[in-house]
Amino acid sequence: MITDVTTKAPAPAGAGRRRIVWGRLRELALVPAILVLLVVGSFVSPSFLSQANLVSILGASAALAMLVLAEALILITGKFDLSIESSAGLAPAIGALLVVPATAAVGFGTELPAGVALVAVIAVGAVVGLFNAILIVKFRLNAFIVTLAMLIVLRGLHVGVTEGQTLFDMPDAFFALATTTFVGVPLSVWLAVVAFAIAGFMLRYHRLGRALYAIGGNIEAARAAGIRVERVMIGVYVVGGVLAAVGGLILTGYVGAISANQGQNMIFTVFAAAVIGGISMDGGKGSMFGALTGVLLLGIVNNMLTIAQVSSFWIQAVQGAIILVALMIARVTSGRAQD
Amino acid sequence: MAHDKTAEDPSAVIPLVETLGLGRRFGSTVALRDVDLRVLPGQSHALVGRNGAGKSTLVSLLTGLASPDTGEVRFGGEAAPSVADRDAWRSRVACVYQKSTVIPELTVAENLFVNRQPLTRFGAIDWRRLRAESRELMEQWDVHVDIDRQVRDLTVEDRQMVEIARALSFGARFIILDEPTAQLDSAEIDRLFERMRALQESGVTFLFISHHLQEVYEVCQEVTVLRDARWILTAPVADLGKAELVKAMTGEAADLGAGVTAPRVADDAPAVLELSAFTGDGFNPVDLTVRAGEVVGLAGSSGSGKVELAESLVGLRAAKGGTLLLDGRSYRTGDVPAALAAGVGCVPRDRHHQGLVPGLSIAENGSMTIAGRLGPAGVIAPRALAGHGERAIADLDIRAEGPSQPVDALSGGNQQKVVMARALATDPRLLVLINPTAGVDVKSKESLLGVIDRVRETGAAVIVISDELDDLRRCDRVVVLFHGDTVAEHAAGWRDQDLVASIEGITA
Repeated sequence: MITDVTTKAPAPAGAGRRRIVWGRLRELALVPAILVLLVVGSFVSPSFLSQANLVSILGASAALAMLVLAEALILITGKFDLSIESSAGLAPAIGALLVVPATAAVGFGTELPAGVALVAVIAVGAVVGLFNAILIVKFRLNAFIVTLAMLIVLRGLHVGVTEGQTLFDMPDAFFALATTTFVGVPLSVWLAVVAFAIAGFMLRYHRLGRALYAIGGNIEAARAAGIRVERVMIGVYVVGGVLAAVGGLILTGYVGAISANQGQNMIFTVFAAAVIGGISMDGGKGSMFGALTGVLLLGIVNNMLTIAQVSSFWIQAVQGAIILVALMIARVTSGRAQD
Repeated sequence: MAHDKTAEDPSAVIPLVETLGLGRRFGSTVALRDVDLRVLPGQSHALVGRNGAGKSTLVSLLTGLASPDTGEVRFGGEAAPSVADRDAWRSRVACVYQKSTVIPELTVAENLFVNRQPLTRFGAIDWRRLRAESRELMEQWDVHVDIDRQVRDLTVEDRQMVEIARALSFGARFIILDEPTAQLDSAEIDRLFERMRALQESGVTFLFISHHLQEVYEVCQEVTVLRDARWILTAPVADLGKAELVKAMTGEAADLGAGVTAPRVADDAPAVLELSAFTGDGFNPVDLTVRAGEVVGLAGSSGSGKVELAESLVGLRAAKGGTLLLDGRSYRTGDVPAALAAGVGCVPRDRHHQGLVPGLSIAENGSMTIAGRLGPAGVIAPRALAGHGERAIADLDIRAEGPSQPVDALSGGNQQKVVMARALATDPRLLVLINPTAGVDVKSKESLLGVIDRVRETGAAVIVISDELDDLRRCDRVVVLFHGDTVAEHAAGWRDQDLVASIEGITA
């Protein structure tokens, strides 16, 4: 036993409590960075802090938020999914093809009602998640490579079935998430807030949520404790696929059409947001609040770059540099290694 | 801080390694205070102490991985090199840790010369010379390990010998062995001790760290005891009785002789566990009945199938045939939730591998088997969770700051108690303990073994799988497996040599 210099008695209970409060504070690591960005933004442009602009930041971030939520759940379980960016394109595209008028240039010609098509969007996400999960969990293939291949396959399917064309002849229901507002804020933002709230509650207070941390932290110990590891992991992939499909639907509404590259390259931003937000790439660590702050930080940065009228030739370099800086800030403020 | 003691020391021998008033703190805690250690050349010197007594801190100071705050380390009477000079340290001292420090994917030869491979004239690695020099090194120290094999394919025993050979090749003649026997079975331990004695004769000095006091008596000449970060005593092993040694380690007299002397369960007590022709990978058909309140030990060497049998009972492995009844009802094997529901609790073989999730708290780890019962619809009520954690801490005497402390901050003994709490959370009818006291200090060992008696008094059955005679002494009878067959059964009161003989497959 390592003895205390001042007292030989075991540390008082207060010490434990202090550590827990500090543990909670780590989730807030990005909050100072976000506040600094808001202040900087107000100098960049007086309209930055206007209500309209703040709402537009949220609206623009909602799709990313859904994908980050999906990825965060999978990362906490200790796995990987790169293919969600392609699901975010393919799922709405399939739904659209089922519903567009038979006269449209591309389409299945089924002219299904919008409600059925939206269910199909969700179903496509779920099926893709299930397929990934079966390959990874049941056949024990490497998650990175499986989902990398799926990323390419799904993108290829998307381009194939749409013949590379942009789809826009869908009923209003396809755009409702981004176009309908409630209390001045788009439905997509409310949906993201609710999804994060539910996930946050489950991860902290429900056995299923805690099982994700147990599996990500030590899969063998989780198994020995009676957690149905395979079943939980399959469930997480399916939920991830569904969230990606919903994220895709939000993108569709936001853009007003489905291009053949909807969601493309988004996975890099998704990982950046998750890791900046404190989700460990090794599994078992991270919180929903942290992931959400990661999303908001990147959303604010993108908005600022647009408002500051940074040349479109340079915007990528600046974005990448800001992600690196954000990682360093998160490393310093959280005081722990990012792994 | 060099208060020189060698001048007033009557002994003329210059110690190979000596520490003078060695101390080290981490923040506000003292990890080591004023430790004087003298290891004479050609000795095997034992270092014992409970978990957290300061052994690891002393090792890191002796190997130059940390620098002392007070005092100094001397090698052969000379001051230790500076911490930055790794090569100088490596030529004086090496430590073989429990966790392997060789690279599994490389061959033995390559491991021996990592980062100092002999080069050809052109600066490329000279593989021929590397292998020749490796072979020479192994022959010089009489180590029989094929240098072309991948280290990952070696046994723990051979792996340790490779690490020792590597240390010797740096010129070090002082080698620290940190619990080298923890992962070995008794035949392997005997071979290790033979090798140690042989190396000792060729002039190698060992500092031997172990929780098994018997081994200290077997292989060491002197022993140093640390307790609560302080040096307690150094004495020739021959002059120190086992009881005195335990007293020095714990600060109080401990009754290690406590054990069951005769079976306590009547033949007509109701059967809890009934196995007939129960068979699986690694063990042949077993017939075994464990009655209410009975404690049965399973003993055997590492390939005996005892662990496989136990893991088949708790759902970690699927059985291949036979019947398995718990309180008269069968349950699926290879399915942990089914075993839990049937009333089986388990402390798995290795707490790091299967017992604990490191980032999570004591309360969460301890209640992982009953996570569904802490609130409505699977919700984990924070208060119920904390309450469960506090009860576990109180019941099992876990030394911790509170139920929300992460388990990775605990010492080995306290971690094992959390695993025990997880097994007990379901109020099992059958408790299966696999190596329950592995790597655990004397005091924690007592409280862990105390659980066995508490559980048997509730009318449950207990099965203890262990290599340690002290664990098996708590059993009403011990069943011995050898190469998958049940070969012997010893009722409580057995003599050590009889049990060991049947574990080794020697029939009297």
